Amino acid sequence: MSEIANSIFSPATAARFDHLVTLYPVKRSALVPMLLYAQDEVGYVSDAVVTEIAQRLDLMELDVRNVLSYYSMLRTKPAGKYNVQVCTNISCMLRGGYEILDHCKHKLGIGHKEVTADGTFSLEEVECIGACCWAPAMQVNYDFHDNLTTVKVDEIIETYRAGKGKDVK
Amino acid sequence: MPTLVSHPDEVKVISRRFGQGAADIDKYLELDGYKAVQKAIAQGENMAAWIIDTMKASGLRGRGGAGFPTGMKWSFVPKQSEKPKYVLVNGDESEPGTCKDHVIFLHDPHAVIEGTMIAGLAIGAKMGFIYLRGEYRYLLKIVEKAVADAYARGFLGKNIFGSGLDFDIVTQTGAGAYEVGEESALMESLEGKRGVPRIKPPFPAVVGLYGGPTVINNAETIASAPHILLMGGEAYAKIGSERNGGTRLFGISGHVERPGVYELPMGYNLKKAIYDVAGGIKDGKKLKAVVPGGSSCPVLLPEEIDVGLDFDQMGKAGTMLGSGGIVVLDETVSIVEFALRTIAFYQHESCGWCIPCREGTDWIKKTLTRVYNGGGSKKDVANVQYLAENMMGRTFCPLGDAAAMPTLGFVKKFRKEFEDYIEGHKAGTPIITVEQLVGAH
Repeated sequence: MSEIANSIFSPATAARFDHLVTLYPVKRSALVPMLLYAQDEVGYVSDAVVTEIAQRLDLMELDVRNVLSYYSMLRTKPAGKYNVQVCTNISCMLRGGYEILDHCKHKLGIGHKEVTADGTFSLEEVECIGACCWAPAMQVNYDFHDNLTTVKVDEIIETYRAGKGKDVK
Repeated sequence: MPTLVSHPDEVKVISRRFGQGAADIDKYLELDGYKAVQKAIAQGENMAAWIIDTMKASGLRGRGGAGFPTGMKWSFVPKQSEKPKYVLVNGDESEPGTCKDHVIFLHDPHAVIEGTMIAGLAIGAKMGFIYLRGEYRYLLKIVEKAVADAYARGFLGKNIFGSGLDFDIVTQTGAGAYEVGEESALMESLEGKRGVPRIKPPFPAVVGLYGGPTVINNAETIASAPHILLMGGEAYAKIGSERNGGTRLFGISGHVERPGVYELPMGYNLKKAIYDVAGGIKDGKKLKAVVPGGSSCPVLLPEEIDVGLDFDQMGKAGTMLGSGGIVVLDETVSIVEFALRTIAFYQHESCGWCIPCREGTDWIKKTLTRVYNGGGSKKDVANVQYLAENMMGRTFCPLGDAAAMPTLGFVKKFRKEFEDYIEGHKAGTPIITVEQLVGAH
């Protein structure tokens, strides 16, 4: 067990972190996975998350922030409960990725990296998500939705709005 | 969820188990799973040499893009080492147009695990890492379960298959960074740092992860190893073309009737791949251009696509096989817009460490954005070419080249379209805002 007092994470996540650091030859290797799991639980990488992860890995907070700022999936501000990420890279663009993005903007009433007033959805235009052969595609949290049409996007968004979509965990 | 496609011209080696539920360990075992690693162990003292010789005979060349012979790469790892050796599987495929590893992790995760063990046995490593891109978090769950099942059966851990050898596998994802697909940046990321490339030499085979000798292979390369050991190196080599053994997963996307991931023999004709395998151009339109191996590969014109899909023939055609992601553009595509979208990606993903890449991608993006918005002059095309030429070969890692090569291809082969576009959109008539087009930040 870790000697660090767990103040912000659920017991399950804290236990996962304790396990993670034992897997690698060097503790620091657990940093990127830990930041992702922390973000999944807290919603974003808050100052408190940075402090606790730094303590758990014997790092300076600066080391954690240095890594945090590098990776595009890590965020320091809350996103919506469902983070809609629309790919507009070349393969998706050729099959209507920008139309899908514009449709999402219109449907949700928000722009790139914005959150709906009720906090349910956030929207992001993202670089290639590796669904090129099933384009256009988007991810909601970690779920892939491909071969999109505007009708299909409407259905997907309604599914999440009705609370029937998969949560991040 | 990715849908599977098929075509009679396919030769199914690596995709043999796709669609049969092989993510389940029992099903995998039923389909010859974990037989290759046991066959290797049965070679006794000759195990490492036998694996490497078989891999060399197979003519397998790295499927990540560079096409370096895999058997040779494994043989570079020093036999004696004070530091532990490692195997690192690069599943951080982020090259636009590329989604083949996605299908492997989804349909045959145990093949990646078994391949990692084989690579480990070949070089004398006790530990392997499978690193997926962050966006593939749902695939990580599948791979993690496969690893846990393999441990539960005693296939991983201590004394694997009674060999007296130990082997452990750790799986994780990144958190969104194209640069991490570069092997030394991948090691930095796995060590918990920013994914910025290291200076080479030393090469990873000598000084890699945690300072130990490390073999880094693309997920498709690793997943090919079990099949090669089972069918024999020579038999595998025979499927492909000269100096390009075996098959390859090609992702055909864009304006084709049947986009998808197809397994074709190396050397298969690109034109046939587009017109026969993928069903031709969508909605009966005319072909305008093909980006043949992921977004970093120079574009081909319709008259240039009668060429074999292997590393050598594509090189001769002035482009690259790259990651096997074939992107097809029909006549409706504006090359100005397409080139801008391509460079916007590389500008976003440049790690910023070296100046030619950081500044070069930014200036090309700014210039092409101005051109796209109607404020360009003919001099801009020459400037873009000048910038790209000055990035080539001047960066620590291949990202600078990956950005410069397609740019040069577009401005050289479509110079007239750029100039016509500039003429047709005189200054002061913006079509779209910059933010709208390249807002992915």
